[in-house]
Amino acid sequence: MGILTRRVFLSASAALLAATAFTAPAFAADDTIKVGILHSLSGTMAISETTLKDAMLMLIDEQNKKGGLLGKQLEAVVVDPASDWPLFAEKARELIEKDKVAAVFGCWTSVSRKSVLPVFKELDNILFYPVQYEGEESERNVFYTGAAPNQQAIPAVDYLMSDEGGAVKRWVLAGTDYVYPRTTNKILEAYLISKGVAPADIMINYTPFGHSDWQTIVADIKKFGSEGKKTAVVSTINGDANVPFYKELGNAGIKAEDLPVVAFSVGEEELAGLDTAPLVGHLAAWNYFESADAPINAEFIKTWKAYTKNDKRVTNDPMEAHFIGFNMWIKAVEKAGTTDPDKVIDALPGIEAPNLSGGMSKMLPNHHITKPVLIGEIQADGQFETVWKTPDLVPGDAWTDYLPESKVLEADWVTLKCGNYNTETKACLGDVPAQ
Amino acid sequence: MAFRILTRVFLLLAMLLCATGVGQADEAAVRAAIAKFAEGKGYASIEAGVDALGATADPMAATALNGLNDGLLVLRKDDGKIFLTDAAGTTLLDPVTGESAGEAAGAVIEKLKIKNSIRRKIAAALSGMTLMAKERSVRMQAASTIFASADPAQLEPLDKAIALESDAAVKTRMNEARAAILLVTSKDQTVLSAAINQIAARGDRDALQTLNAQVGKIEGSAATLLNNSISGINNRLQIWNAGQNIWYGISLGSVLLLAAIGLAITFGVMGVINMAHGEMVMLGAYTTFVVQQFLIANAPGLIEWSLAFALPLAFLVAGAAGLIIERSVIRLLYGRPLETLLATWGVSLILQQTVRTIFGATNREVSNPQWMSDGFQIGQIAITWNRFWILIFALAIFFALLVVLKRTSFGLQMRAVTQNRRMAASVGIRTPWVDALTFALGSGIAGIAGVALSQIDNVSPDLGQGYIIDSFMVVVFGGVGNLWGTLVGALTLGVANKFLEPYAGAVLAKILVLVLIILFIQKRPRGLFALKGRSVDA
Repeated sequence: MGILTRRVFLSASAALLAATAFTAPAFAADDTIKVGILHSLSGTMAISETTLKDAMLMLIDEQNKKGGLLGKQLEAVVVDPASDWPLFAEKARELIEKDKVAAVFGCWTSVSRKSVLPVFKELDNILFYPVQYEGEESERNVFYTGAAPNQQAIPAVDYLMSDEGGAVKRWVLAGTDYVYPRTTNKILEAYLISKGVAPADIMINYTPFGHSDWQTIVADIKKFGSEGKKTAVVSTINGDANVPFYKELGNAGIKAEDLPVVAFSVGEEELAGLDTAPLVGHLAAWNYFESADAPINAEFIKTWKAYTKNDKRVTNDPMEAHFIGFNMWIKAVEKAGTTDPDKVIDALPGIEAPNLSGGMSKMLPNHHITKPVLIGEIQADGQFETVWKTPDLVPGDAWTDYLPESKVLEADWVTLKCGNYNTETKACLGDVPAQ
Repeated sequence: MAFRILTRVFLLLAMLLCATGVGQADEAAVRAAIAKFAEGKGYASIEAGVDALGATADPMAATALNGLNDGLLVLRKDDGKIFLTDAAGTTLLDPVTGESAGEAAGAVIEKLKIKNSIRRKIAAALSGMTLMAKERSVRMQAASTIFASADPAQLEPLDKAIALESDAAVKTRMNEARAAILLVTSKDQTVLSAAINQIAARGDRDALQTLNAQVGKIEGSAATLLNNSISGINNRLQIWNAGQNIWYGISLGSVLLLAAIGLAITFGVMGVINMAHGEMVMLGAYTTFVVQQFLIANAPGLIEWSLAFALPLAFLVAGAAGLIIERSVIRLLYGRPLETLLATWGVSLILQQTVRTIFGATNREVSNPQWMSDGFQIGQIAITWNRFWILIFALAIFFALLVVLKRTSFGLQMRAVTQNRRMAASVGIRTPWVDALTFALGSGIAGIAGVALSQIDNVSPDLGQGYIIDSFMVVVFGGVGNLWGTLVGALTLGVANKFLEPYAGAVLAKILVLVLIILFIQKRPRGLFALKGRSVDA
């Protein structure tokens, strides 16, 4: 290494040090309660997770304005796992062991959640997971505030099967090739077949992450849809791949009236990078839309725009999940009178907190929550218009009823103290994953 | 004589009066139907309004229906009246005549909401009314909608329209729509057979859909004809399908070519393993975004030309970035490929995070100009305009670059330095200067590619990462140091990928292509078109 490069290296590391010092939270007095935020701020997942970090900072800020918690101020500890799954586990350990946080709000992808699980179990802390996921899991240390498949995928398919949704008879299940789409599609396929759909009327298609050339697949979908039966696409396509997919749909002239696409991973945030005019009428299933007509939502949006000092920032479903989860945690800590994770975990089931569509969500013994399910249509302004809503809140089901191996399992951390209790053999499977 | 003229004038007047009288009656009916939108709440009242408007079957209702479909129909809250608004939402217009009815400012207005089931109803109602519209495209659209819906209620207006239609293509479309309705309603074998033949003659996917929907519902000899027609269309489509796949392959190849062509210079010609190549593409895409934002804010009329402004700017931005990288990092690492690889990888991460910090992690919207939207058909091959222009653009860049390399003194110096650095230096070529400019040229070309790729992919800090592996694959496969190799390599990989995809699926197709390349490189380590003569100095 020449002198010059060494100098470059030195100054670079100095800059890096300065940067870390700048982003690290100011170390305040000991009488604060620390809350960990474990969301990627760099790498591929930053596109989705950065917003959640901002949302959490806002929630903590708001709570502090209200006087904090148990007479103490809350302090956010932000770490960046950089979309790197092993780094998630490392950073989680750092948060719990070094920073001694009372609870962690974080993760987006299922693989990152699976990667931090052993850490949370070993160090006995709490993780609030805010994203819709494939289910088939219930852990003592994790609280799932996003949707389980029965709170998103199944109602969406029900809607499309109804006369109002177009009485769809043929189904394309298109997804990115990883665990969430694969499990969701497995559940959906079993569900559709149980509803009398012939296997020949279901087409399943997987694409790699970040797939950008959708010509063949869109042509295949068009072909599959020309068999004389009403066809719909159920999309679990993730992240960046959505933009080229929708652009191709628009260019290929596939209109929502003829061949609707219902997406589970496309929200206001994803549509922000897209001209939505050709996509009007395509659907998304979520538990919250920014357009939700409720005073509490208007208030939330106002606070969010003021906090981010940006009038164009949108709100989305995982943000609402953090909103519910955070308020539930606050109430549970107040009820338990301590931030000790063990006591808070026991206090959480049964806690109620408002959701942003005007209802009251409740934490269930299986560590999932009750949520309304909404179907929205994409509008020309990049927002969703709710066209259908479940009459009641839907309780999250950890183990799906449509797969034979999961049907017999039950999660209950209050009476059974088990996340995968087999109702047939009357035994708790414990740490053995039931796959 | 005078009397006769008088009676004529009188008759004419009477007729005119009559006509306006009828017109008024119709207008009243349409207005009554429109008023239904304001009754009750929610989607049910909208649906009732669309039904009522459809029932009038009056072309006058089309204005309101179109407005509803485009989200321009509003309800004024204070008096419950329905108006149209213009696109900006500032003026209120009469929903029947389209005349101005005052400013929207001050009044509380609410947009009438629709959903897919209502959109279908609107399209069906409109199709009957617009069959005799002035514009050819509107009539064509109406006939296509009826063809797809096969709504028996439209048979009568369709017959009238066919009798009056003068345009041959529209008439054919209308006759096909008529056949589609007869196929559903008729029980007569000869009528059915004629209808099937008429639809089968169309021979496309829509025809297939209409025919498929009747399988099992028709009996007798027509059923046999139906099945034969379906398999006939299927066979023909199979052949078209191969053509379609070739187009998809070429189009994917053109994207690969665009992404790889800058790398063919920096890696192919200079031998620098440039991991920051994808980020140059990204810089080009972000330049397009900035240019569009600037035009929207300052000169909205020029937005259709945004790409023309973005191209030279992207070249300059990415080229300048390349020049800085070469002077500050790569220059110090020539001849040390591993260190270059690591250093440029680091540069790519820095660039990504810089862009993420400046523009945010979320995707940025880059709009397509009108001439790059939608598509056209050649036979049964569907081609989208944006893919078509990208192909043309990629080839144009390729040949322009070829000219620069082969016909300019800079190209000559560049090749001289590549082939024998010492000799070139000895005859007076300033090799460091040529190195820097070559790297800047390669980076600039990557920036230009970014402008084109912003039209089909999302503009995010990770944009470049998706292309870097493919780009290296193309350059290595085509033969390092040979531009023609890059062209042939890109097109071959594109077509191979698209032919594998329908059979193996997108995931496996990608893996297979990678395995095939590895095997190929084992056999021919220097790629398709190896550079002859002295090797590139390491």
